[in-house]
Amino acid sequence: MTFSPQLEERFAKLLTRYPAGRERSAVIPMLMYAQDEVGSITKELIDEVAKRCGVTPLQVDEVVGYYSMLHRKPMGKFHVQVCTNISCLLVGGEQLYNHAKKTLGIGHREVTPDGLISLEEVECMGACSWAPAVEINYDFHHQVTPEKLDQLLDGLRKAQ
Amino acid sequence: MAEQIKLTIDGKEIQAEKGALLIEVARQNGIEVPAFCYHEGYSLKAACRMCLVEIEKTPKLQVGCTTPVADGMVVHTDSDVVKRARKGTLEFLLTNHPLDCPVCDKGGECELQDMVFRYGAGESRFVERKVHTEEKQWSPVVFFDAPRCILCYRCVRACDEGMGVNALGIGNRGVLAEIVPNHHDHLECDECGACIDICPVGALTSGSYRYKARPWEMEHVGTICTHCADGCKTTLGVRNEKILRGNNRDRSGINNEFLCVKGRYAFDFVEHEERLQSPMIKTANGHEPISWAKALDIVARKFSETTLKGGKFGVIGSNHTTNEENYFLAKFARQGLNTKNIDHRRTGDLATLFDALSGKNDALATTTDLYNAKAVLVIGADLAQQHPFLSFQIRANYRHHQAHIYTVTTGPVREDNQAFSSLRVQEGCELAGVQSLAEKLKAEGDLVIVFGDAIQGDTLRKLVAFGDSLGIPVKYVGLVDDSNSRGAFDMGLVPRDGGLSADQMLSATDLDVLYVVGEDPLKNAALASKNAFVVVQDLFMTETAKQADIVFPAASAYEKNGTVTNVCGEVQKLKNAAKVMGTKTDLEIVGLIAKEMGLNLGIWLPDKVLEEIRNTVHGYNVPLAVLATGGAAHTAPLNGRVAALPGIVKSANDTLFTSGGLTPYSKILNEVMEAPGQLYSSGKGQQ
Amino acid sequence: MAKVLFNQPSPLETKVISQRFVLEGSETLDVYLANDGFKAFLKAKEMTPEAIIEEVKTSGLRGRGGAGFPTGMKWSFVPRNHPKPRVIVVNADESEPGCCKDRLLIEYDPHQLIEGILIASLAVDAHVGYIYVRGEYRYLITKMEQAIDEAYKRGYLGDNVAGTGWKFDLTVHTGAGAYECGEETALLDSLEGKRGVPRMKPPFPAVAGAWGMPTLLNNVETYSSVPAIIRDGGATYAAHGTPKNGGTRLLCLSGHVNKPGVYEIPLGYPMMKAINDLGGGMRGGKKLKAVVPGGSSCPVLTAPECDIPMDYDSLAKAGSMLGAGGMVVLDEDTDMVGFALRVMRFYQHESCGWCIPCREGTTWLRKILQRFYDGHGRKEDIPMIGELSKNMLGRTFCALGDAAAMPTISIIEKFRDEFERYLERTTVAV
Repeated sequence: MTFSPQLEERFAKLLTRYPAGRERSAVIPMLMYAQDEVGSITKELIDEVAKRCGVTPLQVDEVVGYYSMLHRKPMGKFHVQVCTNISCLLVGGEQLYNHAKKTLGIGHREVTPDGLISLEEVECMGACSWAPAVEINYDFHHQVTPEKLDQLLDGLRKAQ
Repeated sequence: MAEQIKLTIDGKEIQAEKGALLIEVARQNGIEVPAFCYHEGYSLKAACRMCLVEIEKTPKLQVGCTTPVADGMVVHTDSDVVKRARKGTLEFLLTNHPLDCPVCDKGGECELQDMVFRYGAGESRFVERKVHTEEKQWSPVVFFDAPRCILCYRCVRACDEGMGVNALGIGNRGVLAEIVPNHHDHLECDECGACIDICPVGALTSGSYRYKARPWEMEHVGTICTHCADGCKTTLGVRNEKILRGNNRDRSGINNEFLCVKGRYAFDFVEHEERLQSPMIKTANGHEPISWAKALDIVARKFSETTLKGGKFGVIGSNHTTNEENYFLAKFARQGLNTKNIDHRRTGDLATLFDALSGKNDALATTTDLYNAKAVLVIGADLAQQHPFLSFQIRANYRHHQAHIYTVTTGPVREDNQAFSSLRVQEGCELAGVQSLAEKLKAEGDLVIVFGDAIQGDTLRKLVAFGDSLGIPVKYVGLVDDSNSRGAFDMGLVPRDGGLSADQMLSATDLDVLYVVGEDPLKNAALASKNAFVVVQDLFMTETAKQADIVFPAASAYEKNGTVTNVCGEVQKLKNAAKVMGTKTDLEIVGLIAKEMGLNLGIWLPDKVLEEIRNTVHGYNVPLAVLATGGAAHTAPLNGRVAALPGIVKSANDTLFTSGGLTPYSKILNEVMEAPGQLYSSGKGQQ
Repeated sequence: MAKVLFNQPSPLETKVISQRFVLEGSETLDVYLANDGFKAFLKAKEMTPEAIIEEVKTSGLRGRGGAGFPTGMKWSFVPRNHPKPRVIVVNADESEPGCCKDRLLIEYDPHQLIEGILIASLAVDAHVGYIYVRGEYRYLITKMEQAIDEAYKRGYLGDNVAGTGWKFDLTVHTGAGAYECGEETALLDSLEGKRGVPRMKPPFPAVAGAWGMPTLLNNVETYSSVPAIIRDGGATYAAHGTPKNGGTRLLCLSGHVNKPGVYEIPLGYPMMKAINDLGGGMRGGKKLKAVVPGGSSCPVLTAPECDIPMDYDSLAKAGSMLGAGGMVVLDEDTDMVGFALRVMRFYQHESCGWCIPCREGTTWLRKILQRFYDGHGRKEDIPMIGELSKNMLGRTFCALGDAAAMPTISIIEKFRDEFERYLERTTVAV
């Protein structure tokens, strides 16, 4: 299994950044960046990361099950994450999430039929003072209202 | 000796070694501190929080399993706050544990049941929905029911630390966390079932036993596994003379918590439909059943006639029959049949080993020595495949004592993972490899050398000379294949004083009688003497039995009493667990033939024969009390010269999933996906 | 032209570590160097490790990640003469609900963080460091990597830091979504490529941390505070706060206030002043009901309890904690049952599952609170919520069980009447 030249370069550098014999440390970064390119954590990807980091596939599999940002099923091209934790909850985070569910017609960790957008109710993402917050892929959006969310979603559909 | 300190537990003043774990100190002093995750010998997890105790001057409750004892410590294990904590934890545990005890295999033997009974609440306050997932089958022998799992991680450690396989991990997170197998939806491993044995609840269950019986319906018979030469105790669960399961419930054997796939599951050959259940006679139409009386009469006549006319016998004994049977057979051959042509399939060069060690006391290692030695050298053997318990002992030694492990083999072996030094050599170059380690080995405190059949004859003498040159205490384990290979040698099933070896018997054109007990020499060889009368005692219609004039149906090791001697010379008692209709023990069959011939060779009861062995066979004057209580008594051969023997010494190179002639008759061994297994492929366990 | 920040600074702030935030290009090395950048490192390079640690002790700096352990003391635990190399680890796994300050320190002043790390490396004789950033902060990882690249290119990282001959390598390491990895030993396991499950202590990370090497582990804000301490002296820094509670810290103000935002304030700043002045008062003129003083794991304070200075000791006296600076303000309309449920949902979701009381306790409590919230509460549930929380408290493997129990116990005790009123309802209004 190979990745894009940029990713290969990142991985090659990554493996040199940890003490000798501690290549296992690269497992999580590798999974995170590879997921962005592959779309999800496949069995093939697990085997590949295991091979590159010198661990067993089981040891990678254990990690995949643990971390909430690693997905075994592909999410949408745009993964919309709405925070409903306390700071967001107090200023409309839950209403925002319900609005997103209704607008997109999908629920938690579900993907629109065209595969474009997926939705996830997430825990605190570190935007408490600028709540409610939404993260689309890795882009933060602050003080999001239902109207602002609609605009964002429209933008995603156009960007397609 | 480590520094001694004084502490108080529940008002009792206790002296203990400084730094010892509180839970161990309490238990050694008869104070029970309950725990699920703590398991002696494995790494500490502090996960179950059952062993919380109150320590004065410490604000929070502390876990007994990771707290070292200190001088002046005052501990309470039965205060109200501790009782409340246990009750609270058990209440938490039961929230997602299905209360399906009536149909759970573990019911009656379940640690969770026992804990709730002793420390839990009388009623449940939980009214919510439980988390449920479906049961999964991970292999023909391992089933996993996640909701029952309490996540004590014992199975993970038994597999990783104990077995060196590392086939179990932890998947998901939080309340959805569960044990996961190494190949996504199934296991590829040793199939040893250690995970099942060590599971305190019914989360891991055995494919061969599940839903078959309640534990209290069975009689639990502790006997010795009849497969490889390691001599593990297996406790057979028997109901109505049928074996339903094998396990290690009381951990009383030399093998402690260890059992491999064969010891745990491969008792199933006993019930195989092809078991012989009547004597057979060869006719024009093939073999036909015949009565015991007739068969004995025919054999006795033939044997007597041949003896009278001074004819040529060949007697081949077994690696699986008991010491008593082997001794009695050798005596019968020498005194009754008047022949020196006695042999068994020899799988290790014990004659040369014992001769080379002549003049040394205490030079043969026990299985316990493998656990305690400062260094272990493994030559030309894949122990994880061929001697899984020895492999387990070496791993445990490394884990607990950081022993230096050396491997000199032709391919990767599991011991490499713990090895201080691993050497790959060409076949036949093992000794040279070993000699290259001289300087390192001289620096060790003591050493146990374990070697396979690659080391025999002169090479073996050179190895012992090499051991002598190291200047440190050295002990040896000469590997042999089967459950009583060592005993067969010790009991004299060997061509001493000019007798013919097995291969010579087969190639002798003038052989009159070939008498085979529990062996299959004609599987890969032809009998040169066309007119020889062939008598076979066996469980199945082997290739040899197919050529026999008379075949006697024999009982297996699980259907008889007696003793066997393992690869390290440890004598242990077999205990009759099952009965297969129509069979007799080999001892009884030989005895009946002798009686029919009008010979008086003494009473053929196992205990009587053992008494004779104790009086006549050097090193076998073992304490009966040790044997009677299920212990292992170490025996050593005569400390003196042993004459060289003719014939071939060769291991059958069985693997973890084969067991010589029994292989085709164990469904389990053929069902596991790893079967038949390969030597030098088990270096896969990664840390 | 003023730079657009996440929130506008307040004149009431005491700007020490956030002083450069407003500068255009504050994330670049040039702007950093032009504004006191690396003066502290060069000064520290001339000091003995003991003197550096002494200065940090004098500053009164305490860990800004939540536990508040004295930083200088933590640094002194790392054995400099250990045969294994020392490792610096930065906890940028900011995940405590209510906290969003480390984001700004990385986004607006990454070189201040680098300099703080370098000073720490002098103090413990380390030559390698890792910044563990939560996976959700990917854009910050990119920004941090850009700053590190720039520092390498300009000789402020690598084999000859700032021309002093000091060698130091720094790497950013991404997490993948797990609150538990904010716990320092779980973070180390995660850094080693494993599940983020906490380790048994001892050994403590200072002695055997990342890869078994002696490891200094602090929060982003803690390291970022160090350059100012060394540059201006520990005493100057300490003087910003109150005795025993030295310096300034970033307060993340959120919830029902008019001007939520991240503000730098001295320790001991009055809580009510933070709400009324910094925060511009309660939103919509509502009354204050409660405050979560330092992130969701802290016991909540009722309005009358909020008239206190915000320092470690005062909050401890009030039965809560200063935590990681996440102050969440709740107005009179807040449904405390729903709030308690949301807090428990979070901890249940983030429980690693390692130990029984936390794994099963958070799950059970979440289910009870959900049922209660859905209008199917029973009278006996109310004391049971408190009792089950106490069955977790102090009995779990790590502090996550406590973090779930403490706010829940405080809510059920202080707002019991709201739970009782729920019993009269059959359905719930959204």
